[in-house]
Formats: sequence, structure tokens, C-alpha cells
Amino acid sequence: MTTSAPPAAGPAPITGTIVAPRTSRWPIFGWFAFLFLIASQVTAIVISPPDRDMGHLEKILYVHVPAAWMTMLAPLTVLVFGLRYLWKRREQDDLLAAAAAEVATTFAGLTLVLGMIWARPTWGVWWTWDARLTSTLVLFLILAGYLALRALIDDPDRRAQWSAVVGILGAINVPIVYMSVRWWRTIHQIQSSPSTVDPAYVIGLRLNAFAFLFLMIYFIRRRYEAALMERAAEHAARAAALGSRQ
Amino acid sequence: MSLRRDWRRARAIAWKDLTAERRSKAGFNAVTSLAITILVLFGFALGPDTRAVRDAAPGVIWLAALFAGVLAFNRSYQSELDGGALEQLVLYPGSRKAIYAGKLLANFVFVALMLVVIIVAGIILFQVVIPSEWPSLLAIILFGTIGLVTLGTFYAAMSSRSRAREVLLPLLLFPMLVPVLLAAMEATKALLGGNLMSDAGAWARLLIVFDVVFLAATFLAFEAVIEV
Repeated sequence: MTTSAPPAAGPAPITGTIVAPRTSRWPIFGWFAFLFLIASQVTAIVISPPDRDMGHLEKILYVHVPAAWMTMLAPLTVLVFGLRYLWKRREQDDLLAAAAAEVATTFAGLTLVLGMIWARPTWGVWWTWDARLTSTLVLFLILAGYLALRALIDDPDRRAQWSAVVGILGAINVPIVYMSVRWWRTIHQIQSSPSTVDPAYVIGLRLNAFAFLFLMIYFIRRRYEAALMERAAEHAARAAALGSRQ
Repeated sequence: MSLRRDWRRARAIAWKDLTAERRSKAGFNAVTSLAITILVLFGFALGPDTRAVRDAAPGVIWLAALFAGVLAFNRSYQSELDGGALEQLVLYPGSRKAIYAGKLLANFVFVALMLVVIIVAGIILFQVVIPSEWPSLLAIILFGTIGLVTLGTFYAAMSSRSRAREVLLPLLLFPMLVPVLLAAMEATKALLGGNLMSDAGAWARLLIVFDVVFLAATFLAFEAVIEV
């Protein structure tokens, strides 16, 4: 995959027009995403009847399940941009992958904490070694390793290339972890099947899934803009140190 | 054929590493002593109850191999890094996959020899009863070692060239090793338990699949790691 890498000059430095302009539509999108989230949450909480077994505890469905879906989607984004970086060697793809990894870590952590808050009154325990719980935790740890790798490497080319590889392998590993843990569990005890959702909850769930999706896109965009500015500052510092204007 | 030339390069690198190790033995002795220390500490943690210790033995032995292996993996690039020789190694003609294959081979021999000592110590310390199917057990240890060494050698190529490598390698490696370790531990446990024969076979097949997947993935990705 690397033999077809185009120029030997390395990734072109990002120049000029990267400071998030005030005329950008992204802040508007951000406001839209937050307002949509609030509206979706209110709608879902108002229209959904209390669950027969869980009562009002089911309301956590509208944050936990969308967060869990984003936990699956965001690492996929890391995978796609990592592959694209190795293919095209554009620094922007690396920064997008890094932004997606940060957001993925946040959503994975959110999913785990919300799941525990739900599990304690429902199952009576904070944690159980279920395949989905365990693989989400392992995913969180893989992402933590990815972010640590980025933090501990100073050379931008090396950081980009290595984190692309680590991101790709990590994403490949997640389904493998899920399968192996599920098998590990089912050998010892029957796993409880995920309950299907009653139609009364579907609208709220669907609305909030989109709200979380918009939010995730906005978060990735914001972190990407911040990363672009950091890189621009690094380039500027290096240029200044070398005594040139660009 | 170029494949044969690559194989010769890989063998040369492995031979160089193993010869250096054989002449000093410092690394092997230190790492193996550490592994046995870990076994003893696990013995304390799990209590003096013979049955509890015996049941936990397969997991403990694999974890001791893992913790000690991490040190071996980071060490394996150290000689090149100290001498600034890694750049030259990369500049040599031929596929860079040969470098990975050579390091993999050397680490495999290192960890396999270490495992022999750990397993003998574990059998004695934890009073493990050797099952009649010990050849299958050897096969599982072989495939588990391949999985461990594959990912360890691969991630060490990055971590050993970064800051804080002592932290970075376990942080990258341990979550990635979950499937391999789980399969190796369960297969070993099933064989030592004696009565769960079918499970051991299933876990062993799974372990082989993991080995193949990770070997293929790391061989494809190694060039991207070593060229920068």
C-alpha cells in the first residue's frame, strides 16, 4: 500500500487559509445540532410512556443508545481517514482521523458511564462481562492508546503515519474482540438477548440518533479546526526558527 | 527469487539478534527472572489454596509471559537504536518486510525459550497436573506465542522510537492482544481442565485464525511504520 505513495517530498505543508473564518456555516450547524438535540430529548422524554419494568429509567435509552451508535460510527471514521491518509498522504486526513478519534473516545466513555448508570438499578451491578460492554471498554482503551501515541510523538510525518496504522489495526480489532468475548461468555453462561424496542420509543430514539450524529459531525469539525490551527502554529514556529517567511 | 532473498535477509537479522543475546544472556536472564517473580506474586495474590491457584494457573502463566514479553519486545529494537543502525537497515535494498520477519523470528525464539522456563516454573509452583493431551497443549502454546510475538514486535517498532516507550507499548499492545490472550488462556484452561475437550479445539482454531489475521495485517502495515 505504501509503494504507490506519490511524491517523495512528504505531505505538503498546510498554508494560508486555514483559520476558521467567521463567515463559515459551521457555527450555525453547531447551533442547529445543539438545538436539535434539546428538542429531540424533550420530545422523546415527553412522548414516551414509562416502561413496564424499568419505569422512567428507560429515558436513558435516548442518550445511551445514540451514544453507543456514535461509538461505532466514529472509529469507522478513524479507519476511513487513516486509510485515506496512507493512500493520499494529505495531512488533513490525518488531522480528521485524530479529531474523530478524540470524539470516539468521548462517546465511548459516555456510553460506558451511561450504561453503568442504567445497569446499576436494572441489573443490580455496575458492570458485567457482557460482550458488548467488554468490547466497548476495550475499544475505549485502544482509542486511549491511539491518543497517547499521538501525544508522545513529535515528528508530524511519523505521527501521522503511525497513528493511521494504529487506528486501522484498532478498528479491525474491535469486531474480533467482540466475537471472542461473546464466545468466551456463551461458553460459560447464556447471554441475555437484547430486548427489542417498543414502537412507542422508536420515534424518540430515531430523533436522538440524528441529533447525536449532527453533534458528532460538529465535534469532529471543531476538533479538526483546532488541529489545523495547531499545525499551522507548528509550521509557523518552524519557519520562524529557520528564519524564512513561509 | 526475491522471496528467497528476503528470507535470507530475515534470517540474517534474526541470527544477529539471537547471537548478540546468546553472547550476553543479560536480557534473557533478567526478563525470565522477572517472569518468575510475577508468577510468585500472582501466587500470593491468589492465596495459598491449592485448588484456586491451580485453576488460575493457565491465565497467570500467559499473563507472566505477556508482562515479561513486553520488555523483550522493546529491547529488540534497542541495539539498532543505540547504534543508529535502524536507518541503515531500512536503506538496504530489498523489502522492508524482511526486517519485520527477522525481528519476529528472533522475538519468537526469545519468548518461546522464556515460556519454556515460565511453564516449568508454573507447573511446579501451581501444582498443575500435566494432561495426557500435552502435545495439543504444546500446539496451543506455539500459536499463542505467535500471536503474542506478532503484535508485540509490530507495536514495539513504534513504541521503542517514541518518548515514554515503557508506557506506550503496553497501552497499545494489551487491548489489541485481548482476542489472542483470551483464546490462548481458554484453550489452555480447557486442556488442563480435562473434560472440555471440544472447547479446546474450538479455541485453538480461533487462535490460529487470529494469528493469520494479525500476521497478514502487520506484514502489510509494517512498511508504513518503518519508513518514517
